[in-house]
Amino acid sequence: MLKVENLTKEFTMHIRGGVKIPSFRNISFQVQSGTMLAITGPSGIGKSSLLKCIYRTYLPTEGNIIYQTKEGEEVNLAQASDREMIQLRKSEIGYVSQFFHVLPRISAKEILMEPLLAKGVEEAEAKEQAEYLLNYVGLGKTLWEMYPSTFSGGEKQRLNIIHAIITKPRFLLLDEPTASLDKGYKGKVMELINQLKAEGTGMVGVFHDKDAIEVLSDVQFDLIAGDYVR
Amino acid sequence: MKNEKTALTLKHLVVKHGDGCELCNNDESVLERNRCPHCKTIWAARDVSLQVYQGEILGVVGESGSGKSTLMKSLYMDMEPTEGEYFLDCYEQGQKNIFELSMQQKKYVRNYLLGMVYQNPYLGLRMFFSSGANVAEKLIAAGNRNVANMMNQCNRLLSHMEVPVSRVKEPPRNFSGGMQQRVQIAKAIANHPPILFLDEVTTGLDLSVQAKVLDLVKKIQLEYGITMIVVSHDLAVIRMLADRTIVMLDGKIVEEGLTDQIMEDPQHIYTQTLVNSLL
Repeated sequence: MLKVENLTKEFTMHIRGGVKIPSFRNISFQVQSGTMLAITGPSGIGKSSLLKCIYRTYLPTEGNIIYQTKEGEEVNLAQASDREMIQLRKSEIGYVSQFFHVLPRISAKEILMEPLLAKGVEEAEAKEQAEYLLNYVGLGKTLWEMYPSTFSGGEKQRLNIIHAIITKPRFLLLDEPTASLDKGYKGKVMELINQLKAEGTGMVGVFHDKDAIEVLSDVQFDLIAGDYVR
Repeated sequence: MKNEKTALTLKHLVVKHGDGCELCNNDESVLERNRCPHCKTIWAARDVSLQVYQGEILGVVGESGSGKSTLMKSLYMDMEPTEGEYFLDCYEQGQKNIFELSMQQKKYVRNYLLGMVYQNPYLGLRMFFSSGANVAEKLIAAGNRNVANMMNQCNRLLSHMEVPVSRVKEPPRNFSGGMQQRVQIAKAIANHPPILFLDEVTTGLDLSVQAKVLDLVKKIQLEYGITMIVVSHDLAVIRMLADRTIVMLDGKIVEEGLTDQIMEDPQHIYTQTLVNSLL
């Protein structure tokens, strides 16, 4: 469902006299629906940048990112219009960022319900789903009405993940989703990700820990070599 | 993309203060920033084109003097543009250039279809009239005549904006800056305009009051699905509110994109400077 072709990202720092900082070069890979491709490589090699290029938080310098939509239409995310990207983000493509920043002054439960309500889900139904997921990852009732800015790192991360998967995106980008979780919660979160994958969601992930790669990924891609590992 | 409905289209807006001369009319490269060194004409807006889609919030950032307010004033018809075309989908199916309408038609568009919240509440409010009357002014302009009805509506709107009903009869000059701003917002949305312009609405307010005003803007956007253009030099405000953002400099749009892309991977030197100036 996703085909990355000769993707290159280079940052031009005009405020530093036009210095060019290369990230990755000529990367090509494919992701099938219902599978997870894990991107591996040392820190600073451009793994997160690659995810951001696909989500279009970064503008790719060269290459194509061909995404097949629900309707079977092919869209090149590297060149799609801003409005097209907004639509796809709302309806199909999810992203779990490494660092969670949320809107201030909105409770955890409201944050979760928002993407469902935006999709037209009934309020009662949205509430039920939000509460189910909050419970599932161990965010108890006392936290539901709290502002996530007061949460611990692990709590924020769990909220971040369920926020991305609550709408069941067709395609999901994950940047270190399990990094700040202890073992028990890591298992829960991995279960959720695997469930979503079993329902057909295609995924690209960046992970630090070997366990997560082992449990979650079907294919691994080494960013230095620019090739599949297996 | 399919099924995307525009709300507002602006094409090639030019606003000149001065007559221009042979030099600057033909070649904008002679300009020093946006000023012609020969005839001293200021080019406040240079070929600004944009489209806003229904229900969307478009952010506009740029430094002082970059043309943000010129753009807003032209859109709200507080300022006569030199050139340009302006279409609203909610007016004559977007077939008529708003800039070319008669005074009366423009008045209709302003009173029924647009709302404006100025940075300076003195521009948007009558400081010596009661707050209720300020909101009612907009209702009267839109043809309401039933006093009891209007009073009800004013009270409802103002309490929705967290202005206590007990103070509705007080003039805004008695209020704090944040409260004045909330009265302005109540007035601007009194007729449920499909399009709302917000020009630096939180500038000069302290943080907790800023938060209240921003929450309110978010709330009315969710409740009424109003299309908005939000001008701010505060990037945090833009990041919180806008899906897409345009960056202006010297009267021109120098960059436009998804708000997160503008913030994290800015392409233009000015945007890079701006984003890196964040504390």
